[in-house]
Amino acid sequence: MGILNVSSINMHFGGLQALNNVNLDVRQGTVHAIIGPNGAGKSTLLNCFVGRLTPDTGVVDFDGISLIGLKPHEINQAGVSRVFQTPEIFGDLSLLENVMIPAFAKRDGSYRQNLWAPLRGESKIRERAMAALADVKMADKAGMIANTLSRGDKRRLELAMGLVQEPKLLLLDEPTAGMARADTNATIALLKEISATGLTMVIIEHDMHVVFSLAERITVLAQGTVIAEDEPAKIKGHPKVQEAYLGGTHS
Amino acid sequence: MTVSSSSPRGDMLMMLGMIVAIVFGPIILAPFGAGYPDLMQKFAIYGIFAIGFNILFGLTGYLSFGHAAFLGVGSYSAVWMFKLLSMNVIPALILAILISGLFALVIGFITLRRSGIYFAILTLAFAQMSYNLAYSVLTPITNGETGLQLLLDDPRILDAPLASGDLPLANLFGLQMNSTYETSFLGMTLYFNAGYYLCGVILLVAFYFAMRIFRSPLGMMLKAIKSNQNRLNYTGVNTRPYTLTAFVISGIYAGLAGGLLACTDPLAGAERMQWTASGEVVLMTILGGAGTLLGPIIGAGAIKYFENIFSAFNESELNAVFSFLPDGLREAVVSVASTFVGEGWQLTLGVLFMLIVIFLPGGLLEGVRRILSLFNRPPGGGMEERSARVKSAA
Repeated sequence: MGILNVSSINMHFGGLQALNNVNLDVRQGTVHAIIGPNGAGKSTLLNCFVGRLTPDTGVVDFDGISLIGLKPHEINQAGVSRVFQTPEIFGDLSLLENVMIPAFAKRDGSYRQNLWAPLRGESKIRERAMAALADVKMADKAGMIANTLSRGDKRRLELAMGLVQEPKLLLLDEPTAGMARADTNATIALLKEISATGLTMVIIEHDMHVVFSLAERITVLAQGTVIAEDEPAKIKGHPKVQEAYLGGTHS
Repeated sequence: MTVSSSSPRGDMLMMLGMIVAIVFGPIILAPFGAGYPDLMQKFAIYGIFAIGFNILFGLTGYLSFGHAAFLGVGSYSAVWMFKLLSMNVIPALILAILISGLFALVIGFITLRRSGIYFAILTLAFAQMSYNLAYSVLTPITNGETGLQLLLDDPRILDAPLASGDLPLANLFGLQMNSTYETSFLGMTLYFNAGYYLCGVILLVAFYFAMRIFRSPLGMMLKAIKSNQNRLNYTGVNTRPYTLTAFVISGIYAGLAGGLLACTDPLAGAERMQWTASGEVVLMTILGGAGTLLGPIIGAGAIKYFENIFSAFNESELNAVFSFLPDGLREAVVSVASTFVGEGWQLTLGVLFMLIVIFLPGGLLEGVRRILSLFNRPPGGGMEERSARVKSAA
């Protein structure tokens, strides 16, 4: 059994069956990609993992606890960090503050901030935040205001915000969407480095170049149903996948 | 101004500046015609009110339209303490803090379930409810329209019986709040008033406490709520206790300000809770610069000063000002200008507020910074600054 264990998830919006009996098993220390055409239910599935949506039926077990019914902050404290499709950052704060905030959240839980200890005395938190920024090669921009970054840099910042919490599972929602090729390649290299540390990652991605560069296992969704789950090499040749997603044209 | 860019030296200078400004307040303000006790007390009291409001609005972005309710609660609590226990201001202020804090805890617990415009409407509704209750159901506590006043036969169990038939005065261990030392300096009369210095010292403490919050992890979390509450939830932070803490702290500041109003003038009326009073503190904070430390104090001072100047003007004074104009024209100008002064001074305030929000969205403090940066620009640094601005806009 893997670190994230999803079974028999059903979810519908009105008359639309968004997820239909979805099963997923993410193994510890792997990069697991979820792919599928637009509207396949990828983001809905991800939202079920982080507490944004509650599935109608089914089980989401993470590291021995059920995530169903937990609030987003509780799921994060259980060890799941998420990087959003559109960068969700603290736009008017500095990069350093952006990364210090999740570091505090991790250390102090939901509410144990010391009112009187001045921020500048928190050297350990600051060091950890700087190290996380260095991990995504942004240490030199620590003092900049986050909103002034390019879209690609905002993504990397969000990645640092996830990494500083040392999560057990990192969820990435289209980490390279809207990026230029050079940025995409830099992100792939970065994610490979992170993956080498043994962190488990679930990636939703449209770009097949990214998927096949990173994923050790791929789940294919179409119309809310899992149509295949296998190693990348086998997924490429899977007839159902070619029909539903790659349209038979992707080599 | 970001949390991380603050330096201990800068903070200490700011604190020293505040101490100097408060100690020499009567001398600094006298040339502007604002150096008399009543107005100086108001500067300090509304400064406290606005600093507290800024902890909620400036840091978390939650716009409360009902903070005057806490001001009113603070005033009532203080006057009750004067009536029942003692004319000493200490117990009065303690009760004002406790009751307003409790009141803020209850109201915050309910209203903070919503954010944005819904939160603003909920707080407004609560304040109006308090205002109407003070006039109706709660008349035994608030004394309705007359307002809560001191009476000769109040118990005041800690105080010695009154010697004469006069109403007692609020004091700090015998130092009466209205005792004033007057002196003449360069042809101006200076008033060193005990009530003003009490308010000033409390303003200093309130300012110091606010500064500590701004510079603490709590302050950073509150700023993060304003910036992106959604992200904070996905970062493992339950934001409710943070917003509630900010709400209660700002409610306590308002209650303290209300208590001080009662200390300098021992009566409390429900009009202090009216929505216009709640709106006023919003104006003060935005006018001075929301989210900055000094802005709210500057805003409070500016509004109270202009209220005082413009509401004192009358038609004959206007006629004197415009006496250089030919008769017909003068009458026309005076009739237009008179709508902006006296009772209509709020019209002036409205125009001023609009100009500030449109041209100086960062408030008066941003104006000061812009002026300072004109002088501090390094030689040949114009291009760099412009390119930095272009970069930050991109």
